[in-house]
Amino acid sequence: MSLSLEEVEHIAKLARLTLTDEEKALYREQLSAILDHFTELEKVDTDHIPPLSSVLAAQTGLRVDKAHQELDTATLLSNAPQAEDDQFRVPPVKGAGA
Amino acid sequence: MTAFTDWTLKESLQALCKGKVSSRELTDACLARIDALQPELHAFLALTPELARKQADAADKLYAAQRKDNRRPVPPLLGVPLAVKDVLCQEGVTTTCGSKILENFVPPFDATAVARLKRVGVVTVGKTNTDEFAMGSSTENSAYGVTANPWDTTRVPGGSSGGSAAAVAARLVPAALGTDTGGSVRQPASFCGVTGIKPTYGRVSRYGLIAYGSSLDSVGALARTAEDLALLLKVMAGYDPKDSTSHDRPVPTYELPAEADLKGLRVGVPAEYFIAGIQPEVEAAVRQAVAKMEELGAEVQPIHLPHTEYALPVYYLIAPAEASANLARFDGVRYGLRVPSDELIDMYNSSRGAGFGPEVKRRIMLGTYALSAGYYDAYYGKAQKVRTLIQQDFVNAFESVDVIAAPVAPSTAFRIGEHSNDPLEMYLQDIFSLPANLAGVPGLSLPVGFDSQGLPIGMQLMGPHFGEETLFRTAHVYQQATDWHLRKPDLN
Repeated sequence: MSLSLEEVEHIAKLARLTLTDEEKALYREQLSAILDHFTELEKVDTDHIPPLSSVLAAQTGLRVDKAHQELDTATLLSNAPQAEDDQFRVPPVKGAGA
Repeated sequence: MTAFTDWTLKESLQALCKGKVSSRELTDACLARIDALQPELHAFLALTPELARKQADAADKLYAAQRKDNRRPVPPLLGVPLAVKDVLCQEGVTTTCGSKILENFVPPFDATAVARLKRVGVVTVGKTNTDEFAMGSSTENSAYGVTANPWDTTRVPGGSSGGSAAAVAARLVPAALGTDTGGSVRQPASFCGVTGIKPTYGRVSRYGLIAYGSSLDSVGALARTAEDLALLLKVMAGYDPKDSTSHDRPVPTYELPAEADLKGLRVGVPAEYFIAGIQPEVEAAVRQAVAKMEELGAEVQPIHLPHTEYALPVYYLIAPAEASANLARFDGVRYGLRVPSDELIDMYNSSRGAGFGPEVKRRIMLGTYALSAGYYDAYYGKAQKVRTLIQQDFVNAFESVDVIAAPVAPSTAFRIGEHSNDPLEMYLQDIFSLPANLAGVPGLSLPVGFDSQGLPIGMQLMGPHFGEETLFRTAHVYQQATDWHLRKPDLN
């Protein structure tokens, strides 16, 4: 199979990635080749096979739902590119964007 | 004089307990060796000498107090130097995941595995190099440059825990933490001639491990012997309320028995792991190691894991799909790189476009496509069904054997740049290590020989869920009877 340039641009938009024209061309070629290889899976009969949901049959139960203080606000904001009044600062949301 | 850095973790601990060496001396010896070899190997992304010396001095005080009053027990790994793969958060230490998008990220907390090891007294010397977000098989995908293989510096150390594997092989540290999503502990261990454990999924908490593929990620370790890995896993393993997929099954002591044989152990050799294209010397060394196990008393039988060939497409659909969701958090808002913009969506797109490297973008694209409307059933859904069959292969196999022995990778360490232009060719390097992650079973990689170029060859032992004890015992008995794991690369 071969992905079109429009498909590559659509995926990049869904993934929120700005790509250069060179990247688009490269990923179009590489992803097409990779997906081609993956058609191998069609050979496997999975009609009555459930999808795997967890590798371990018995899972641990849920922990007690109790609030507790882990880290304070200043610590949580310490890696923020921009913070103000104990909040993360971001540029304005203009268009619909999506 | 034997250099302190030649000691295994266990030997270092014994020397510390007997007062033959101080933690400060051990730590300084490691730091000096790291400094000397860093330009050649580039195994570390960050070094924390001040922190390490502080931890070492504190350890020495506890040992001194114990010597005065031996009723005061010391924690089990007190004073031994350890390196941490740079995808695991360590409080106050820059954690980049080998990515530009996290260039200045300083975690305000420790990953649970790191916290548990710190609590029992390890000395943390620094963070090791990794493929960006652990996506890669050579460390070439690190945004900060490749790590060199200590056995031949023109070759890759494997990946993604290549920095950790190179650091242990070059005897910069006795042990290092790694993570394994599709072979990232076992394959670099194999390429660098060290021993590595990828535990059962859920055995070690993933809290503080910056997520790649959440249903596959496991925190493991690399050292020179299986015995040392057992000491580390005993501390790291166990339920953690901060990771709901961590398991509450009791953690064994992983004590290794004194007996030097493998009597009664049933070893399966899967035909599907000895295929055309495998380097003949790799096949020969693994078969010879299996013969050695037989000589030591193991009962060897051929087995089948019929869906092995599908592990590659299954993994490279599921892991990127999970990655595309996990890496959505890197958007320039709370941490990491932000490319300034006057509009929010533009900021997301440009920050991610500028911050992620080529392989990470490729996997995000692949995963996004596999999950997108119209393709979900054909790709992601299909892959999860075939994953059920792969897991069933292991369940069936472990009805008749205790351990599966197979090559870790189809070849020894390849040259830097050899596969870097063709992603599919690079993915093919993982064919033998992916199935264990897809099935959630534990795998241990140990050195079993060298090829004609002098490069190490690894064998992996896989066990049923929570079968780490058998893997350690098997590898330990093998290592008592052989000396491949004691070989040392020729570095200055």
